[in-house]
Amino acid sequence: MTAAVAEEVGARRYETVIGIETHCELATATKMFCACPTAFGAEPNTQVCPVCLGEPGSLPVVNARAVEYAARIGVALHCRIAERSQFHRKNYFYPDMPKNYQISQYDEPLCVGGWLDVDVDGAARRIGITRVHLEEDTGKSLHVGATGRIHGADYSLVDYNRAGIPLVEIVSEPDLRSADEARAYAEELRAVLLALGVSDAKLEEGSMRFDVNVSIRPVGHAELGTKVELKNLNSLRSLHRAVGYEAERQRRVLADGGELAQETRHWDEGAGRTEPMRSKEYATDYRYFPEPDLVPIQATADWVERLRATLPELPAEQRARLAEATGLPAKEIGWLVRDPEVLAYFQKVAEGRDPRVVAGWVMGELQRDLRELDHTMATNPVSPERLGGLLDLVAAGTVSATAAKDVLAEMFSSDASPAVIVDRKGLAQISDTAELEAVVDRVVAANPELVDKVRGGKRGVLGALVGQVMRETHGRANPKLVNELLERAIG
Amino acid sequence: MPISRADVQHVARLARLALTDEELDRFQAQLSLILDEAEKIKRLPTEGVPPTAHPLPRVNVWREDTPGPCLTREEALSTAPEVEQDRFMVPRIIEEAP
Amino acid sequence: MSASAAGLADLTAHELAERFAAGEATAVAATEAALERIRATDERLHAFLTVTGEQALADAAAVDAARRRGERLGPLAGVPLALKDVLVTKGVRTTAGSRILDEFVPPYDATVVARLRQAGVVILGKTNMDEFAMGSSTENSGFGPTRNPWDTSRVPGGSSGGSAAAVAAGQAALGIGTDTGGSIRQPASLCGIVGVKPTYGLVSRYGLIAFASSLDQVGPLTRDVRDAATLLEAISGHDPMDSTSIPGTPTDFSSRLEAGVDGLRVGVVEELFLEGTDPGVLARVREALDRLERLGARLEPCSLPSFEYALSAYYLIAPAECSSNLARYDGVRWGLRAKDASDVVDMMQRTRQAGFGPEVKRRIMLGTYALSAGYYDAYYGQAQKARTLVLRELEDAFQRFDLLAGPTSPTVAFPIGERVDDPLAMYLSDVFTIPVNLAGNAAVSVPAGLAEGLPVGLQLIAPALGEATMLRAAWAFEQDLGLGARPKEVDL
Repeated sequence: MTAAVAEEVGARRYETVIGIETHCELATATKMFCACPTAFGAEPNTQVCPVCLGEPGSLPVVNARAVEYAARIGVALHCRIAERSQFHRKNYFYPDMPKNYQISQYDEPLCVGGWLDVDVDGAARRIGITRVHLEEDTGKSLHVGATGRIHGADYSLVDYNRAGIPLVEIVSEPDLRSADEARAYAEELRAVLLALGVSDAKLEEGSMRFDVNVSIRPVGHAELGTKVELKNLNSLRSLHRAVGYEAERQRRVLADGGELAQETRHWDEGAGRTEPMRSKEYATDYRYFPEPDLVPIQATADWVERLRATLPELPAEQRARLAEATGLPAKEIGWLVRDPEVLAYFQKVAEGRDPRVVAGWVMGELQRDLRELDHTMATNPVSPERLGGLLDLVAAGTVSATAAKDVLAEMFSSDASPAVIVDRKGLAQISDTAELEAVVDRVVAANPELVDKVRGGKRGVLGALVGQVMRETHGRANPKLVNELLERAIG
Repeated sequence: MPISRADVQHVARLARLALTDEELDRFQAQLSLILDEAEKIKRLPTEGVPPTAHPLPRVNVWREDTPGPCLTREEALSTAPEVEQDRFMVPRIIEEAP
Repeated sequence: MSASAAGLADLTAHELAERFAAGEATAVAATEAALERIRATDERLHAFLTVTGEQALADAAAVDAARRRGERLGPLAGVPLALKDVLVTKGVRTTAGSRILDEFVPPYDATVVARLRQAGVVILGKTNMDEFAMGSSTENSGFGPTRNPWDTSRVPGGSSGGSAAAVAAGQAALGIGTDTGGSIRQPASLCGIVGVKPTYGLVSRYGLIAFASSLDQVGPLTRDVRDAATLLEAISGHDPMDSTSIPGTPTDFSSRLEAGVDGLRVGVVEELFLEGTDPGVLARVREALDRLERLGARLEPCSLPSFEYALSAYYLIAPAECSSNLARYDGVRWGLRAKDASDVVDMMQRTRQAGFGPEVKRRIMLGTYALSAGYYDAYYGQAQKARTLVLRELEDAFQRFDLLAGPTSPTVAFPIGERVDDPLAMYLSDVFTIPVNLAGNAAVSVPAGLAEGLPVGLQLIAPALGEATMLRAAWAFEQDLGLGARPKEVDL
């Protein structure tokens, strides 16, 4: 089910309307407004300076690379880059915000009005992008108390290492209509960010975060229904589950004759439901005004053109190109394109080889081995040359596909070439006709009943005989040849 | 344009000031006076006049993405009223971040 | 106290430099003289919040040693200076005149402080000020007022009252203040010394505890114009740590000080001669303008109607920016923290309530209100447009004039306590100085004689980066008038 997900609520058909706000940490070497490093996982309060601590007297200075990265994201999402944009102060008090205001952008953001094409189960959907803007991240609080969450904590401990890290906020139009679409959008956006090289987009490390707005409305209505904001969606899986749950919850509330409250809800992964967050006593008034310590950003047409001209190939283009070059099915291409490292690896191995075979190995056996041996593509010890070499051996019949799986596994702990490993492990495929004929004859002689069945028309039983030959040869017989020889021998 | 007491209370809350009743009264009167002064500028011919955010007509002041020296952890925490586990300790936070 | 030591305390920086170069005095002696003057007078004056005597003597000794080694030293090396407590000094208590920072010890130096040290200046300590630079009398200090050395029952002006009083009383040869709405020029006028508000962006704000970011500037407070020019040169220039800092500025303000004012076109701003200005102030300023004319300047009246709105615009913009700049004082990372809080919001509210004085609270309230939802366009937004009008009007005026002139302050120093309960009256002290901050121009206040025995200041306003012009006019005027009586130990 793709587009509008409509269900009966009472007598009316409702559709789900979803908008996603994505916050993404930029992979710059230094913070947004100071020269502190941005490395993840440092000891608390060791990557701070007067500026990102908001010490009295400190002043921000804009990181040029962060501006460039944000503009690249805008260009990749088909936005207009504003000729003139400004930073604004977003004022509110919170212990993880050193200045008690966040330097952000308000009504003059860097990028506006774009779109992202998303594939949802074969259907193409264009999702509007309202804006892309720059801001700074906050520090991190550790809540000390029973559960480690805010509720019931006795006190909190704040680490400002993360304060000031450059963030880009990407706001989608409320164009998404289902949990599937929401997930597809998030995945595609992530793939774009990775292809651009502007973020490592690791949900588990918090370098990419989603806030999702979910509402429902009768089909055909233009007005949006009561909006509920969902927070704490730190994986694509939670995003998908939370949106699905919330859409359903809202329908149930209305079906029971209740009213929906405009609120923020927290997704509880363990319980599998959204829960209301403690409602604020007073409305937040951010009192935005232009940041007086920073001057505006002026983006010339030349500068924007240069960014556009130097954009890398984006996932949509990569998919189109691969579809043409390899004829692989869309699902496999989608998978390959999702991670630039996987794609680069695949492309190297596939050079001069059958892309379908390569895809099968990269997506199948290699992925399995990586997972089991606790690797990622980044730490993969099997170079594209070595995997390619192994696939060549299979293609040449030197080793069977089955035996090659063992060779691949071995290549994780040995840096020997595949040929050497095949030799060392004695896995070379037996393709010598004379040698195999001898085994085939023995097996035929030893299994008269099976042979009779095959002669009698039960071709399927041939497999059992092939199996026996394989067993006798410890899996090394060339299966194609074995089939041929058995056929010949049986008649 | 007079300011209501409710306005003053709301503003005090936004500004995280625990004002006394006496201060709320005093500020209500004084802020009203000052805002009357501010009414004067409403009469200015500002049609089509852009606001000046700062007097300096510069744009694109940026720095290179090169790491520089940080404070040591001791320096960073040296001003903290309370420290625990190398972090700034604060009394319990009740509300989630907006 | 030796006669020569007393003498050293009343010399200008350039006079001290001559003595140093001639081997007639040492930096240590000059520093000792300054510290002695502080000891003798500061219990009464209360110009200083923190005196760093030991460090100052060590710094002075280092300068003397360098000189003995034959090193080439700048014109300010070894000269004692009073630093307004609004600039952060690494390892030295910095309060911004507020109880909320009573025990704050910054982990870094302001750029201005670093440059002063590089110039070999001997920093004597941190001076008193209106809390967070908000005020025109130094009565808003969280630590008690400073007294005017000319009459200790009166205010020295504000917010840089401590530095101004220190220089006027001979406690330091040089002073550094900050000017957001007149806070260098007005105390200079009330204390009979020279005060310069530089062009916005000329002097780095990195390490300046912010009040109103688009208006604040650091500047010199000195006994004469030559010292002001030299000190300004030492602290000005681009700083990559301050995005609002002007790049590649010329930093020579002193080499053409003596060029004179022949043919200089000076506009006398009608709006600066308001009803309510002291007759004594008016008289001294008119005499000063006559003097300029005699020296060759061409004076003409000039009307700048937007000056009438400048005060209102300022009193919306400055508090708005300050309400945001002062949000960081919440008891979490530095400064005062209220005890026994039930939660962090309670802690923040009670910390700020206890730590901020009434004027600061009033401006935070006003600024928060001006920015809040529904009021932005009418107040802050409109004020920023009014600001554009002021800017444009001044730009137009500088097509016709090289400088503008008028009084610095409508009154001489007023008695302590007289205006404290009337914030509007206090705000009106700033009427003559505020437009310059809004537009970002430069201005200087130079002593123009006494009225009722109290100093009067002449204000000269220059276009942006016009410091050299205004300083040479101020110098010519000062030399012709003659450096008048100093308060000395009279009335102390």
